[in-house]
Amino acid sequence: MSDDTETPGNTETLPLDSWHRRKGARMVLFAGYEMPIQFEGIVVEHNWVREQAGLFDVSHMGQVMVSGDKAAEELEKLLPGAIASLKPGRTRYSLLMAEDGGILDDLMVTNATPWIEGDEEEGTEGRWGEPAYYLVVNGATKWDDIAHLREHLDDDVTLTHMDDRALLALQGPNAATALNRVMRNVIDDMVFMDSVRYDFGEWPLRITRSGYTGEDGFEISVPEEFAESLADRLCAEIEVRPVGLGARDSLRLEAGLPLYGHDITTETDPVSADLGFALTKRRREEGGWMGHEAVARVLADGPQQKRVGLAIDGRMPAREGALVYSGDKQVGRVTSGGFSPTLERPIAMAYIDTGFTDEGTELEVEVRKKRLPAKVAALPFVPHRYHRGK
Amino acid sequence: MARYFTEEHEWIDLEGDTATVGITDYAQEQLGDIVFVELPEIGMVIDKGKDAAVVESVKAASDVYAPISGEVMEANPALEDDPALVNTAPEEDGWFFKMTVSDKSQLEGLMDAKAYKSFCNEL
Repeated sequence: MSDDTETPGNTETLPLDSWHRRKGARMVLFAGYEMPIQFEGIVVEHNWVREQAGLFDVSHMGQVMVSGDKAAEELEKLLPGAIASLKPGRTRYSLLMAEDGGILDDLMVTNATPWIEGDEEEGTEGRWGEPAYYLVVNGATKWDDIAHLREHLDDDVTLTHMDDRALLALQGPNAATALNRVMRNVIDDMVFMDSVRYDFGEWPLRITRSGYTGEDGFEISVPEEFAESLADRLCAEIEVRPVGLGARDSLRLEAGLPLYGHDITTETDPVSADLGFALTKRRREEGGWMGHEAVARVLADGPQQKRVGLAIDGRMPAREGALVYSGDKQVGRVTSGGFSPTLERPIAMAYIDTGFTDEGTELEVEVRKKRLPAKVAALPFVPHRYHRGK
Repeated sequence: MARYFTEEHEWIDLEGDTATVGITDYAQEQLGDIVFVELPEIGMVIDKGKDAAVVESVKAASDVYAPISGEVMEANPALEDDPALVNTAPEEDGWFFKMTVSDKSQLEGLMDAKAYKSFCNEL
């Protein structure tokens, strides 16, 4: 037997390390940390998240606060999204762009500007405090991201790496029910991509209704010293079980969400990656952000390839690197693929030459010299069930 | 019938000149949920240490090497419909293939059940 999973060596541990081990996790090396790949088994955990609620530890991800009067306009020099129009308490998906139009990272940006209550006795009214933006970036890229931000953001802007915080993700159709039982009335009015600061007793939390599974759910930032207690409280709810990175990957693949370093890289641009929604119309036209010139060229000329979904016949999965053919012509390459527990069939994401990307186009994927029939499929493979309110 | 084990976590049942090959309970536990098994074609001659099968779990593909040399006589048809048999009954119904044994001396030095158990305990 051979197994290409990295085994733990001399690496860093995260705040919940011993908690995972007590829960029976199998640990692997990921992004420089020992992380739980699975607890009971990937398929069981995957299905549990689709039906109930799973608790993921994603503390390897980078949490960064960018604050200052010019924070929004400074961030807009590096991100193609509209940051200045992002309202306090709202979150948006965005990209950290390279000059040549490549993608340095994908991230979530939250307007975390604090509201300062007024004081009737002093006669002051409530007002917004200093503008602040909370970023969550990928674990494997966080050090480069922070260096990039420090290099390019104006000196008037303060960047804080919140490396004393853990990040938990509670995901699944029963995530809200479970969380509401633990902290009453905190999340009632929240819809997808809303974010609040909340003091749960003495624990200063940030709760964002977002995630990486396609399900309703929450990402909770918590000081590391309280992470275990919070994880225990959440897992005490009957709907909640711990879930590892293995299921996180199969869930996000079904949800059509790209994985940085695989489906998007410094070699891919946002247009080819089919992430046009992250390029706000105004900013796409006006520019003023790193990489705009290169991306504008792709927008004008049209991309040569596009990221699409592939539904593969049979049961044999096609993995990253598998070549895609139309007849004898190679028309693309798989960037991530695996077996979908929900659909019980192999699925993949691939970059395919323009002209072969229409939904339903019949292609073939080569795996170990065999050609597997595949069809271009709409993303997501499994419909998103975000809570968007009424 | 004698059962042998390899350090690559395969088992071999020897019956006369025929060997039945599968992966061990330890191996399936390490691999996790198995979703597909690619078995060798009947009549294929496989050499000890060379690729003989591929096991696909949700997360990755893993090669299974031929534990001995010989010709493939039969591949387990049950694995086509139910690859999870490798998880539920790895050392029985979840067998991979049957093969001839070209050189019985290749079995020398393989472990018996007791030796394999202590081998796993040290991993």
